[in-house]
Amino acid sequence: MTVGLVVVSHSRKIAEGAVELAAQMAPDVKFYPVGGTDDGRVGTDLEKTIAAFEAGLAEASGDGLVVLTDLGSAVMTAESALEFCSEPDRVLLADAPLVEGLVAAAVATQGGALAATVKAAAESVRFGPQPTLNAAGPVQSQGRGEPAESEEFELINPMGMHARPAAKIAGGLAGLDVEATVNGVDGTSIMELMSLAVGQGGKLRVEAWGKDASKAVNYVRRLVEQGFGEI
Amino acid sequence: MGLGVDWAVQWLTLSARLMSEHREELIALDRAIGDSDHGENMDRGFQAVMEKIAQTPPETPGAALKLAAMALMSKVGGAAGPLYGTAYLRAATALGESTEIDAVALAGALTAARDGIVARGKAELGDKTMVDAWSPAVEAADEVLAVGGDAVAVLAAAAEAAEVGAVTTDPLVARKGRASYLGERSAGHRDPGAASSALLLRAAATAAGFPEGSAE
Repeated sequence: MTVGLVVVSHSRKIAEGAVELAAQMAPDVKFYPVGGTDDGRVGTDLEKTIAAFEAGLAEASGDGLVVLTDLGSAVMTAESALEFCSEPDRVLLADAPLVEGLVAAAVATQGGALAATVKAAAESVRFGPQPTLNAAGPVQSQGRGEPAESEEFELINPMGMHARPAAKIAGGLAGLDVEATVNGVDGTSIMELMSLAVGQGGKLRVEAWGKDASKAVNYVRRLVEQGFGEI
Repeated sequence: MGLGVDWAVQWLTLSARLMSEHREELIALDRAIGDSDHGENMDRGFQAVMEKIAQTPPETPGAALKLAAMALMSKVGGAAGPLYGTAYLRAATALGESTEIDAVALAGALTAARDGIVARGKAELGDKTMVDAWSPAVEAADEVLAVGGDAVAVLAAAAEAAEVGAVTTDPLVARKGRASYLGERSAGHRDPGAASSALLLRAAATAAGFPEGSAE
């Protein structure tokens, strides 16, 4: 029962390459890469995009599709395809960097997340230091007061914090009504979690604010205790 | 007298011819500030339009524009595909099943086309995009309509305003599209999308019988 993931790129190689990378971490997920024109040039193709949407809607067993795109006209082609698609309400366009967003989406999908959560997981990916998105800011714990929940966990998996655990943590937290930090960085950002570079035996301190604060801490605890499924 | 399906088909035919004739020029414009494929993309897109028209001759102007929209969206490849595709599609929807288009319907279709481009590309006037050709064209069309101009006069005014609008993109710094990656370096070049828009609107006026090039 998983959501289908569509990649719309200008290049067939980019679409297929991004899927190849993401599929490593999500073996059960159905991907639909669309890239290039039908005569092999660089570009986006509405017919192929509509066909991918329809195939995904027919085959994917989850509650819909999440679409990742690369540059401007891929976004416009995906939006156009949505207008022609049979079930536009079940297709969500994610505004995210293609490769990192797809990896995050794939991991969330593999974990059984619904389409809206998968989209949120993809969109939680940002590059570099997290810019403050609003006045309150998603990262700084200052001014938010004491966290509703906090707990420290020791990493037991041999690889420590790398891409897959980071994606699992970020993907799950993105789907909750919570603001959570891990060792002070945004818990919904794969890149920031990876940049912590915590190894086996290292500590993750989770602090959470909001309605789902205890769910968030429990979620990370379960992942850590299971060694992120690696042991 | 209104414009019928013959006008629409002639418009698309002249468009295809202009895209072919100006292919290298559009490529050169796009090479300066983009990915140098606009001329090739538009040429191929309109060749596909002509093939579709030959296969299934449309019976109304709206049907002709819808057919063009689908072909452009699938065959152009670049951003111009969904943008022009949306424009022609919205225009087709505005025209509905009418077999004869008067000046009012025509101005409405031009507005719908421009609104479609704005909705799809999210660009505003002054962003150095095809909107800088289409918006003045729509305004000029509305002005001519307001003083009682016929369909041919509406198209002639739109074509001329689009040509002026395209020229005004020369000094602008691009804020949308591939050229926006260049920032200040995009100034000093005409926007390829505005240039092709002016050609397409000129084709519309010529197809309606307005003497070619007389507005130059």
